[in-house]
Amino acid sequence: MAGLEDLYREIILDHYRNPRNRGELPAPPARRVEGFNPLCGDEVVVFVDLVGGAVADVRIAGQGCSISQSSASMMSGAVKGRSIEGVRDLIRAFKAMMSIHEHRLDGDGQQVSEPVLPDPAVRLGDLEALRGVVKFPVRIKCATLSWNTLAQALDEAAAEAERSAQ
Amino acid sequence: MALRLLDPAAVKRDFPIFDCAQRREGAERLVFLDSAASSQKPRPVLDAMDRAYESAYANVHRGVYGIAEEATAAFEAARSDVARFIGAPSTRGVVFTKNCTEAINLVAHSYARHARLGPGDAVLLTELEHHANFVPWLMLREERGVELRFIPLSDDGYLVLDDLERLVDGVKLVAVSAMSNVLGVLPPVRRIADAAHAAGAVVLVDGAQYVPHLATRVDDLGCDFLAFSAHKMCGPTGIGVLWGRDDLLEAMPAFLGGGEMIRDVRVDGWLPNEIPWKFEAGTPPFVEAVGLAAAIRYLEGLDMAAVRDHEISLTGYALRILRERHGDDLTIYGPSTAHDRGGVVAFTFRDVHPHDLSQVLDQAGVCIRAGHHCAKPLMRRLGVAATSRASFYVYNDESDVDALSDALFSAADLFVL
Repeated sequence: MAGLEDLYREIILDHYRNPRNRGELPAPPARRVEGFNPLCGDEVVVFVDLVGGAVADVRIAGQGCSISQSSASMMSGAVKGRSIEGVRDLIRAFKAMMSIHEHRLDGDGQQVSEPVLPDPAVRLGDLEALRGVVKFPVRIKCATLSWNTLAQALDEAAAEAERSAQ
Repeated sequence: MALRLLDPAAVKRDFPIFDCAQRREGAERLVFLDSAASSQKPRPVLDAMDRAYESAYANVHRGVYGIAEEATAAFEAARSDVARFIGAPSTRGVVFTKNCTEAINLVAHSYARHARLGPGDAVLLTELEHHANFVPWLMLREERGVELRFIPLSDDGYLVLDDLERLVDGVKLVAVSAMSNVLGVLPPVRRIADAAHAAGAVVLVDGAQYVPHLATRVDDLGCDFLAFSAHKMCGPTGIGVLWGRDDLLEAMPAFLGGGEMIRDVRVDGWLPNEIPWKFEAGTPPFVEAVGLAAAIRYLEGLDMAAVRDHEISLTGYALRILRERHGDDLTIYGPSTAHDRGGVVAFTFRDVHPHDLSQVLDQAGVCIRAGHHCAKPLMRRLGVAATSRASFYVYNDESDVDALSDALFSAADLFVL
């Protein structure tokens, strides 16, 4: 059985106690998206400033447990300055580490569940510290909350760009 | 005072989970402090349900053969046990539902249609309700344009009733919990019901937390409807109860449509069955009803007055020990005296998030609830996003409180600088 040391690694506690990129950005021009974890009531607000196809700046607001807060803090450091494509690769790599399965319908209309596959080219760096969360399934939602919220911000930005191009 | 005292060590031996549950490595025993979410099940309940499946299982109210008659008799006998347990005048007002939430939804739908609630009508709630006694009324407001009013809460968790007469004026229905699942506070239901009746309103009591822990008489509560769940009172999941006054249930239209709730069906219409069956569409949870009846007899054997005395004593011990040992590190919500609350203690521990606290406590085998406890409006009123909650039942004793306190010190070591 997994021990607490697998979950609460020192780097995680450091990000929890000293969160990076905490605060808000003026929106607009930044994009503001809220994420909720109905299980525990955690709320995260991601502010992301997308300039020239890259993340120019990011801030995290909201409140939550050590896992959701440290994951958001580490995420903010990892995505700042990255291209949007690079951020999407990182989100997929993080979800793969969290053993997230994605659901889709196959050709016959049957629902299939497939694991998000890791991309060996994407380096997770410090984010590797969150790997132990997988042993505590209830907490996976805490770790992925800010990532799903960021993905939603990117999706909304892409949809908006598509609309204005038409 | 109860004539008998409850012996939690003896009670615990009736609950197989304390012998059978897989324990966390390093944890000496299972310390279960989450009965407000769902209680554990004693052997007599498990045995009664096994016997029902093994020896007399067939659908109820259908077959004309022996085991079907036996199953029907057991199901209807369970209705008598429920009526006795809550002091209901007859079994006609005892409706079996899926759970307490469905019972409240039944009233929200069916009474609203009967009374033709609409714009200009008001429903009165309180700020401490569980989502189950909140969302059905929010839905009613969206659908029918009724006004919702709320009895406010003081900072220490008591309802503020100074304005009660003004609040009930023009109200058609009052829905109030008899015991908060977060603060443990026991609102003065009788006083609210009397004011509501004087204003011409009917009263629904959410008894999900109250009925399992305090001797319950519907006449004493003064309510017109009482809703509760079996699984919080040693019974199985999948069954709850709505008790309602006969005349109201008779006047109200059916809730769900299907088998058992009809007297006749033709291509051009249908006639409803008599109460209580009018509200029991489809095959009911009749084995669960047998389990609920066994749970009721088990609790009656312990004596509900003894259960209440035990919980006052244990809650008083918890409030004292937690304050003495943890001082300002711990913020406890709700009334400061055990007599004013049920066996529920919600708290925050320094700035440690309840989710993290619960995870650390789990390593010591201590099971508490962390989160908003399905009472987000109350959390907002308290100014917190989430709390931790320890709740007690018949199998808990002072050593469980000590284990909780010890585990809080381990959490402090990990999270506090």
